[in-house]
Amino acid sequence: MRPLVSERTAHPVLIFWIIAGWVGFFLLPWYGVEDFFTFEWLIDGYPFDTDYAPAAFLIGQGEKLWLAPALLGLLLPLLALGRRRTEPLYAKLLILSGTVGFGWMILQGFTIGIRGWNFDWARAMFGDLGDRQFGMGYGALICASAFLFLLTQGIAARGAINGDVFVLSAIGGVIVIVTAFVFFPIAKMLTAAFITEDGGYSAGVFASKFFDDRLWGLGCLSGGRCGVAWNSLFLAVLVGLITTVLGLIFALVVTRSGFRFKKGLRALTVLPIITPPFVIGLALILLFGLSGSVTVFFADVFGVQPTRWLYGLPGILIAQTLAFTPIAFLVLIGVVEGVSPSMEEAAQTLRASKWQVFKTVSLPLMRPGLANAFLLGFIESMADFGNPLVLGGNYDVLSTEIFFAIVGAQYDQGKAAVLAMVLLFFTLGAFYAQRFWLGKKSYTTVSGKGDSGVHPHMPRALSLPVLAIAMIWAGFTAVVYAMIFYGSVVELWGVNNNLTFKHYVTAFSFRLEEGGIRWSGAAWDSFWTTLKIAAIAAPLTAIVGLITAYLLTRQSFAGKNAFEFGTMLSFAIPGTVIGVSYILAFNVPPIEITGTGIILVVSFIFRNMPVGVRAGIASMSQLDKSLDESSLTLGANSWQTFRRIILPLLRPAILAALVYSFVRAMTAISAVIFLVSAEYDMATSYIIGRVENNDYGLAIAYSTTLIFVMLTVVAVMQLIVGRTEIGRRMTQSRTNV
Amino acid sequence: MSINSKAAPVRFRNVTKVYGTDVVAVDNIDMEIEAGKLVTLLGPSGCGKTTTLRMIAGLEMATKGSIHIGDRDVTLLPATDRDVSMVFQSYALFPHMTVMENVSYGLGFSGFDKSETRDRAAQGLDLVGLKEYEDRLPSELSGGQQQRVAVARALVLEPQVLLFDEPLSNLDAKLRRQVREEIREIQQNLGLTVVYVTHDQEEALAVSDEIVVMRNAGIAQIGSPRDLYDAPADRFVADFIGEANIIPCQITSIDGDMALIDVDGFPHTLPARGMTVGSASLAVRPTRLMLNAQTGMNMRVRKATYVGSRMEYTLKAGFGEVFAVSENVDAPLQVDAQITVGLDKNGPVLLPEDHG
Repeated sequence: MRPLVSERTAHPVLIFWIIAGWVGFFLLPWYGVEDFFTFEWLIDGYPFDTDYAPAAFLIGQGEKLWLAPALLGLLLPLLALGRRRTEPLYAKLLILSGTVGFGWMILQGFTIGIRGWNFDWARAMFGDLGDRQFGMGYGALICASAFLFLLTQGIAARGAINGDVFVLSAIGGVIVIVTAFVFFPIAKMLTAAFITEDGGYSAGVFASKFFDDRLWGLGCLSGGRCGVAWNSLFLAVLVGLITTVLGLIFALVVTRSGFRFKKGLRALTVLPIITPPFVIGLALILLFGLSGSVTVFFADVFGVQPTRWLYGLPGILIAQTLAFTPIAFLVLIGVVEGVSPSMEEAAQTLRASKWQVFKTVSLPLMRPGLANAFLLGFIESMADFGNPLVLGGNYDVLSTEIFFAIVGAQYDQGKAAVLAMVLLFFTLGAFYAQRFWLGKKSYTTVSGKGDSGVHPHMPRALSLPVLAIAMIWAGFTAVVYAMIFYGSVVELWGVNNNLTFKHYVTAFSFRLEEGGIRWSGAAWDSFWTTLKIAAIAAPLTAIVGLITAYLLTRQSFAGKNAFEFGTMLSFAIPGTVIGVSYILAFNVPPIEITGTGIILVVSFIFRNMPVGVRAGIASMSQLDKSLDESSLTLGANSWQTFRRIILPLLRPAILAALVYSFVRAMTAISAVIFLVSAEYDMATSYIIGRVENNDYGLAIAYSTTLIFVMLTVVAVMQLIVGRTEIGRRMTQSRTNV
Repeated sequence: MSINSKAAPVRFRNVTKVYGTDVVAVDNIDMEIEAGKLVTLLGPSGCGKTTTLRMIAGLEMATKGSIHIGDRDVTLLPATDRDVSMVFQSYALFPHMTVMENVSYGLGFSGFDKSETRDRAAQGLDLVGLKEYEDRLPSELSGGQQQRVAVARALVLEPQVLLFDEPLSNLDAKLRRQVREEIREIQQNLGLTVVYVTHDQEEALAVSDEIVVMRNAGIAQIGSPRDLYDAPADRFVADFIGEANIIPCQITSIDGDMALIDVDGFPHTLPARGMTVGSASLAVRPTRLMLNAQTGMNMRVRKATYVGSRMEYTLKAGFGEVFAVSENVDAPLQVDAQITVGLDKNGPVLLPEDHG
C-alpha cells in the first residue's frame, strides 16, 4: 500500500525551509559582506560586529529594529508542524507566514536604504531614521528564499497544481528571480530616464533627452549626419537582411546540393560562438585599415591613396555580417532540414518543376526560420558593442552612445536610460513584428511519422550563384580568421612585419619560483577571473534554463503564457541595455552587487538563459510525455521524476547548455563592459581596453588565445556528448515502437 | 512471497472533464467497476475513453463529480498518491534503465527495502516470462517483450487498479492475440481490477468481463460482451460492436414479449424489447443474413469479394444496400444474380428508430 502524502504529519521539505529561515535569521550575517566568496567575517568580530552580525544579534543589540517583524514569518510555520497537509489551517499558516515574511523584506528593503529612508513620505511620517542599511547578505538571502518557499508550500497545500510542491516552488523561484533580475532593472532604468539633476521626477527631462536631435536627426538625407537611432536601425535592418540571405544560402548548400565539403561548412557554425564579437572588427582593420595589407597592396599596385573608408557604416556592416551570418545559418539549417521531404516530393509528383517546388513549397515553409534568422541578426546587430567601438568612426550607434553616456565625461544616467529605452523599443518591436508576420499559420511539417524521402537538389539556375556566393563568403571568412592568427604574431602591424611571440609573452608569461608559479603576464588576472565567472555562471544558467523549460513543456498553470514571455524577454533585451539597467538597479540596497563578481554571474545567467530554455524545450519535446506519466503512476513525485527520468535523458541538452553558457560568458562584451570593476576585469573588456590604447598586437594575441581555449572546451564537450550517444539511440528506438 | 492482488472497485459519480473553458471531454458519467473484473472502455477516437482512464490514474483531474477507488475518495489526489498503475500505449519504459531497474522503479517509492524490491521485481519478471532479460536495456528487447516489461512494472506494485491504455496497438496482428490472452490470464489468476482502453471492438469482446461503450464524451451502453453484441441498445452500439446492417422496418403487432415485423414486405418474429407498434430499425449482423433462403427479401448481388475464408457480398435491396458474408466459397453467387435473403432466427434485434 502506498503511503499517503496527504495524511502524513511530518513534512521534510517544510522542516528544511523552516530551519533554513532560522539559520538565515539567527546565524548568518544579515547584510552583504565585502566579497561573497570569502569567509573572513567568521573571525572578524562575528557575531557582534554590526557589519557581520546576523539579524537576531542586530535586534538584540537594539539596532535595525525594523527587521524584527520578519520574525513573525519564522514563528508562524512552527504551528503548521504536526498538522496534516489537508487541514485548511496548514495552508493558511504557510501562506500567511510566507506573505508576511517576504512582503516585509521587500517593503523594508526598498524603504530603508543607504541614506536612511528612501522616500520623503516615509521620513515625513516616521521622522528621521538616524540609521541606514546595506545590501542583502547571506542571511537575508536565505531568509527570503525560506519565506518564498514557505509561501509556495502553502499555495500547494491549498491544492494548486494538484498540490505539487516541487512544481510550485520552481514556478515561484523562477518568477522571483526573473522579476528581480530582468523586470526590476528594466523598470528601474525606465524611471531613471525621468530623473532630473536634483533628484526629482520630470517628464520634461525625459522629453528633452528623448527628442534630442542627436537621437532622431535626419541630417544625412541632406548630406549631414543622422541621429544615432536611425543609424542603429538602418544598420540592424541591413545586417538582419544580409545575414539571413547568406545564412539561407549556406543552409541550401549544405542540405540541397551535391557539395562535398558540407562538414567544413557546418564547422562554420561554431565560429561565432567561440569568437569574441569585436575580433572580426580587429581583423578587418588589419586587412582594410589605413595600414591594412589589402589597402597597402592596392596603394602599391594601383597608386590609390589609402582612405579611411572602412571606419563607419561599411566597416561595421562587414564585421557584423561576418560575425552573425553563422548564427543565421545555425537557425536556418534546422528549418531547411525540417521541411518535410514528402511535401516537396508531393509537389514534384503534382508536376511542379524543381524551381516551382522551391518557390511554392520549400521557401514558404521556411518562413518562420527566415523570420527568426532576421530577428536574431537584427537584435545581435543592435546589441553589438565591440565592432562599432572598434570600427565606428563617425557612425555612432545606440550601443556605443549608451556606453559613452555612462562611462564618459558626461556621466548622464538619464541619457543612457533614454537611449537604452529606444534600443529596447526597437528590439521588442522587431520581436512583435516577427510574431505578427508569422501570424497564426501553422508551419509544422514534422508529422512524427517516419519520413523516408530525400530533399531534392536546388534547381541549377539557383544552385550555381548560391554555390558561388557561399564559396566566396567562406573564403573571405577563412582569410579573416587567418588574419586574426597572423596578426597576433606580427611585431607591429604595417610598420614592422617581423614575426614574434612577444605579444603572447607580454600577456601570458609566467615564471617558476619558489613556492609555485608566478603568473607575471598582463592578461592572467582577467583570464582567471573570466574562467572563474564563466565556470560559476554556466551550471547556474543550465539549471535555471532547464527548470524553466521543464515548467513550460511539462506543466500547465494559469499565466503560463505570461511566464513564457517573461523568461524569453531577456532574449530580446540587448546586452547593452542589461548592462545599463544592472548598474542603475544594483548599486543600491536591497540588492547591492555592483562591482562584485556576482553581478557578472547574474548578468550571464539572464543573458544566456533563453538559450538554455530553448535547448531544454527542444529536447524535452522529444521525450514522450508518457515517460513522466508512467513515473508518476509508479509512485514517484514530480521532483523524483525530474531527477531520475528527465535529467538523465537530457544529458546531451544539459551539456550543450553548459558549453554554450560557458563560452558565451567568455566572449560576451556588451553587458560586461558596464559591469566590470578593477577587481573583476573580464578578458573581453581588458582586450577592448588594449584596443582603445592602440595596442592591437596584445589584443589580437589575447583574442586568439581565447578562441583556442574555447575551441578546446567545445571539443572536449563534444567528446563527452559523443559518449552519451547510447542514450540518444535508445530514445529514438523508443519513439519508433 | 508472491504477487497478490489488492483489487478494489472504482466508482464514478457524475464525473465531468472540461479542457480549457468549453471542450467537454467527458460529460457527466456514472459507472461502477467491480473489484477483480476486467472492464474495457471502448469507443471511436475522441469519445473520452482515454480521458476517463487518465482520470482514474490521476493524470487528469475531474472538473466535476467524484471518483472513488475502494472506499477512498481520490478525486483530488494526484497520480503519485493513488494506488493505481498504468501500462502505456508506448510502454513508456525508461530508456536509460535496465529491465530490472525499470521494474524496480516504483517499488523504490513504496517503502520496500533493497532485497525485497529485488525479489518482487524478479517475481514480476518471472510472471511475464522475462526472467533472463533483467540486465537488458529496453532498446534491446522486441516490441512484445517491452510490452511485458511494462506489464510487470505495473503489476509488482500490487495496485488496487491496473490500467491499460491501448496496450496492443503497437504490436503486429499475430502477437496481439497472444498478448491479450496473456493479459487476461494474469488478470484472472491474480484477480486484478483492470480498466482497459481500446478502440478495437474484437479485442474488447475477447478480453472483457464488461464493456463500457463510449460516444461523444458519454456512455452509450454498459454490458457484457454478449449483451452488447446480441442486444445493442442503439444503432451506434450495434454498428460499433461488430458490423451491423441497419434495416428500416415496421412493427405490425406485439404479442407478449414478441413482435411481428415487416421488413421490405417480408414478415419476421423477434423479441419486442419493449417497443410498440410503428416504425423501427432492425440490426442484422452480416452473418445472420441467410442467402438463398426459401422465403425472404428480394435482393440483387452488387459486389462479390473473395477474402479467403469466406465470401463478402454487397446486396442491393429495395431499402438500400446490405452487407453479408457467407462461408460458402466453393460456389459463390454471381454479380447481378437475383436472390432471396432470409433472416436468421436468432441474432437480428429491434432498435428504436432515429437513435444515433
